[in-house]
Amino acid sequence: MMLECRGLTKWFGSKEAVADLTLNIEKGKIYGLLGENGSGKTTWMKMVSGLTKPGTGEIIYDGHMLGYEDKAKIAYMATEPFFYDFMKVQDVGEYYRAFFEDFDMDRYVELVGKMGLTPDMKVKSLSSGMAAKLKLAATLARQAELYLLDEPLNGIDYKAREEIINLILEEADGENTFVISTHLLEEIESFIEYAIFIKDGHLIDKVCLEAERMRSGRSLAEIYVDIM
Amino acid sequence: MEYNTSAPIYLQVINELKKKMVKGELMPGEKMPSGRDLAVEYKVNQNTAARIYRELEAQGYCFTRRGIGTFVSEEESMFQDLKKEMALELVKNFMHEMDGLGFEKGDIIEQIADYKEETENDA
Repeated sequence: MMLECRGLTKWFGSKEAVADLTLNIEKGKIYGLLGENGSGKTTWMKMVSGLTKPGTGEIIYDGHMLGYEDKAKIAYMATEPFFYDFMKVQDVGEYYRAFFEDFDMDRYVELVGKMGLTPDMKVKSLSSGMAAKLKLAATLARQAELYLLDEPLNGIDYKAREEIINLILEEADGENTFVISTHLLEEIESFIEYAIFIKDGHLIDKVCLEAERMRSGRSLAEIYVDIM
Repeated sequence: MEYNTSAPIYLQVINELKKKMVKGELMPGEKMPSGRDLAVEYKVNQNTAARIYRELEAQGYCFTRRGIGTFVSEEESMFQDLKKEMALELVKNFMHEMDGLGFEKGDIIEQIADYKEETENDA
């Protein structure tokens, strides 16, 4: 097992953001992380990427307790934009290179090119779709083992969503692992292998979609409505 | 590709690829898309793409050359048989549905003839 979360709990003041969450993630698969806003998806991703510490519980990565050295293997893409307005696309690459040892500048240039961006473009002038693509290119230019993408499809038009999904599918090679949080069930239904349902910080269920289609013929939306 | 979200995706892609073989859009001996290209084209993950090729190979419609890729079988007769098989499947379903509506065989043939005439006149 690549990642094991055992009894994870995280409090923010009096709010239990993640509550006794036990969840395993297998290498080489694509997971959808589903649940309402505030259900604990982002908090879980931040704990796994080492940005915030769990209150209780443990995170085991590749058989050992998650530690500082694992940060290079886990790439987290936040929902909120994290570029400065004065930056150009090129600067975003430099910024990332300074932060992440596993960042590959050549790949970054290739990926932004594929997304229709040029190095001299100003971040400030990018549409939301283009900004989303830039964010993904920067994240995928890291040679990580596990990619945690928080709402990569949010607030962008259909065409940009298509391009983002295509890029994810090109990069997901069956060796690396993706966890993608989203509300857009239909967009991810055909390619996620497992849907993880989270509510009020609790794991409700983890469903293998092909097996479920075989067994009950339910679509992802139907499963969502049934169990959430 | 539009999927029926209540049926396994890999089976739907296999069916689509078989149709392409029957129609000659994928010719005997032709190289199939790489796993990655198949994943992007059909919006599936790598594991599903691999499963699709595994199944097609097990059924004899494809073969894999290590390190080169997956190819459409070179046995042309196979695809003529497949065409008949897929047609038979459609007819079976159609007959089953018509039977459910209470049509006899003779009525059904008449219905098809009428329909064919109508659509040909429209054209």
